[in-house]
Amino acid sequence: MVKIEQAPEGLEGQGFFATSFDKVIGMARANSLWPLPFATSCCGIEFMATMGSNYDLARFGSERMSFSPRQADLLIVAGTISKKLGPVLKQVYDQMAEPKWVLSVGACASSGGIFDTYSVLQGIDNVIPVDVYVPGCPPRPEQIIEGILKIQELARNESLRRRNSEEYKKMLESYNIETV
Amino acid sequence: MSQDFLNKSIERITSLISDEMNFEVDKYNQPIVTLPADKVHMVITELKTNWGYSYLNDLTGAHYPNNLGGEYQVIYHIHNLLENVRLRIKVNLPKDTLQIQSITDLFSGANWMERETFDFFGIQFISHPNLTRILNMDNMDYHPMRKEYALEDETRKDKNDTFFGR
Repeated sequence: MVKIEQAPEGLEGQGFFATSFDKVIGMARANSLWPLPFATSCCGIEFMATMGSNYDLARFGSERMSFSPRQADLLIVAGTISKKLGPVLKQVYDQMAEPKWVLSVGACASSGGIFDTYSVLQGIDNVIPVDVYVPGCPPRPEQIIEGILKIQELARNESLRRRNSEEYKKMLESYNIETV
Repeated sequence: MSQDFLNKSIERITSLISDEMNFEVDKYNQPIVTLPADKVHMVITELKTNWGYSYLNDLTGAHYPNNLGGEYQVIYHIHNLLENVRLRIKVNLPKDTLQIQSITDLFSGANWMERETFDFFGIQFISHPNLTRILNMDNMDYHPMRKEYALEDETRKDKNDTFFGR
């Protein structure tokens, strides 16, 4: 049976329904995430399985993979990021429009994984802020789906003012990301 | 492999530089010639132009810190496709003068290989058109494949036993 997203809490009466923008917009965002897959290695293969028909990420509203950062709002980093790739990843993150979320898939993206070496970035959170980490080497598609559901939860409950707050600006500045 | 052709090539190299070369075969019967650094360009030119060694399989480096006076090595793998003879040429370099003539004028394919060897071992290839780092970050200030670093960085605090079970 198809489960349809229920209306958020609100005041209901004959011919009207009143609720807050926070809830409606959060619901819309959570159920139509456009992911940008930044897949570099074996985690990327698992992510392809997640997108494929067996696991079918489209069930959760992420039907459309965006291969341009301009139209994406969820950056999925799946795989080893070398130090030389770090600035590229940061540029991709910069090019995404707010609101944006980041999902770090697998041990390498989250911590460098087994590649404790001179050429590998020890976790993408050295370069960009990360919202949800998915452990595993590589994680199963179920785990990636769990991560995306966690991102959906963040998107659903995020205040509309959060991205304008001083804390958020400070957080971006701590990553040397320019704020307008 | 044509053993006869190989023997003739070795004879030719010996006639070019009589006393400074060393010839051996490894356990897989692959021929290895060790040459002094100032003769290698001349020998490879001769082998390419007159002996048909027209294909450069690989060019790489090595570091043997205990081999005093020849700590670094540059290794060329060249191949005669007609006779199907492969020849490995090794050059030992002391750590104070890590310099060798570039062979980019003979093989264009040597360009990136020499850059890679420079990147990882710091070996200078004289008259290379663009001897800059190729794989590592441009701002890296060391040559990571040298055997002079600890396997693990002891000073790091971001990965400790609590989480990573070392």
